[in-house]
Amino acid sequence: MDLYLPIAGISVNALVIIGLGGVVGLLTGMFGVGGGFLTTPLLIFYGIPPTVAVASATTQITGASVSGAIGHWRRGGVDARMGFVMVAGGVIGALLGSVLFDLLEKWGQVDLVIGTLYVVLLGSIGGMMLHEALVAMHAMRAGRKPKARPRHNRLVASLPYRWRFYKSGLYISPLAPLLLGIATGILTVLLGVGGGFLIVPAMIYVLGMATNVVVGTSLFQILFVTAATTLLHATQSRTVDIVLVVLLLVGGVVGAQVGARLAGKLKPEYLRLALAIVVLLVALRMALGLGWRPDEIYTIYGAGE
Amino acid sequence: MMRRLIALALILILLPAASPRLVPDVSQRRIDIVFSFTGAELLLFGAILYPGGRLPSDRADIAVVLRGPSEPITMRKKERLAGIWVNRRVARFETAPSYYAVASSAPIDELVDERTAAIYELGIRNLQLSPASRNLPEEISDFETGLIDLRSRAGLFVEEPHGVEISDGVLYRARLPLPARVPVGRYVAETFLVQNGKVLARATREIDIDKSGFERSVFVAAQDHSLLYGIAAVSIAVLLGWLAGVIFRRT
Repeated sequence: MDLYLPIAGISVNALVIIGLGGVVGLLTGMFGVGGGFLTTPLLIFYGIPPTVAVASATTQITGASVSGAIGHWRRGGVDARMGFVMVAGGVIGALLGSVLFDLLEKWGQVDLVIGTLYVVLLGSIGGMMLHEALVAMHAMRAGRKPKARPRHNRLVASLPYRWRFYKSGLYISPLAPLLLGIATGILTVLLGVGGGFLIVPAMIYVLGMATNVVVGTSLFQILFVTAATTLLHATQSRTVDIVLVVLLLVGGVVGAQVGARLAGKLKPEYLRLALAIVVLLVALRMALGLGWRPDEIYTIYGAGE
Repeated sequence: MMRRLIALALILILLPAASPRLVPDVSQRRIDIVFSFTGAELLLFGAILYPGGRLPSDRADIAVVLRGPSEPITMRKKERLAGIWVNRRVARFETAPSYYAVASSAPIDELVDERTAAIYELGIRNLQLSPASRNLPEEISDFETGLIDLRSRAGLFVEEPHGVEISDGVLYRARLPLPARVPVGRYVAETFLVQNGKVLARATREIDIDKSGFERSVFVAAQDHSLLYGIAAVSIAVLLGWLAGVIFRRT
């Protein structure tokens, strides 16, 4: 079923895009990650222009995180104060990111920087997750409980102007979550990812937030930052393709429900191991892409491309 | 179309001119890109009018060129640096056609000499791309080869050396393919009558290729009302996500 994407300016097989959204949704449902780190590279492999892929994947993440964010909000799983600080950081980061993007485009190094960022981020986070999952599985087999980590990070504790974040159970400087928000905002603009894979571990291990509000607050942050980033892409590069977004979401929401049901039947330790492997595979593929002789030596940047 | 051809044939008989003339036409003056657009084929046809209606004794050939709007482009070339492939060289071209197709009744290099081909920009190799950066000539030529290769594989540069059919020495026709990712804009179809290495007559027709219907409204909205478009995109995404959550919670 061929469908012409009005902004991307190419004709795609609608079923392939829906299927792609479904696969990513499956991961979302199973692991609770947004899946932007998969959507964007897959869209680019399929032939969607990179800028359109990044912008549309961002919008898709907004849609994919809505129902989760609402659910956590109802259950009281969102620290709104913390969330707003991180959203503010995210918006600042998005603006910085778009300035950075323009500079990189001028130097012609956008592809390289994006590729390298993907490899470094996914490689290190995938590696950490793999390590953690293996340790947890080992502990489970031996019948021990995994060791608790220290809750307070010295660097974070040394920042000035402390605020009280009741739900997170923290008395820390808002600068720490603001900086975290800025970092993810930059990534959202450059990579078309929500950044959940970065925020969640950082919230737990760096900020030391109470775990019951971590996922809800990160979804809250992702929802608003991706929405703001969509507006940024729509007004600056004009590369948000609504038709592409709808196709991805149709597949994504169905996949997410199937994934959530599958996740209920599997042990969380195995799930984390599986996610670590998926993340590492994507990182490996991107790393090979940097080192292999590319299919195209030449690239054209023009009004119509 | 048959009727148009007959009309052309009548003009041919009734209106003799001093030097040969071309009466070209195209199958579509306007091509609309809609949701199901997967590419199109354009038929370029017409008649050659000889003075007095007498066919010349020498062989005459036809070349048709269809060209999309030209645009300035920047090209980058990747090179291996410390194990990874990095964009290193850059070149700018001021007038790179976004689409260029040429069909002829015999290969271009058999029809005209290099100079004539360059003057009329006949053939992909003879396009005047107007390099605007300070590169060495060999480098420019490498970049030109890269551009031609990329666009040829995308179906945006087409050369059909035997693509024009001439019947009875007066009627000609050629089919040119337009790929799904054809750029929008005003296209110009040029027809050349070539004899003994000289261009005897030349005529042009214009074709508009544009997005239409829903695709056009989306594109125009994204360009002209970008903030509203962005808000609409976010709203649609939020609505779809929320709706899915509600539906699946019930089942």
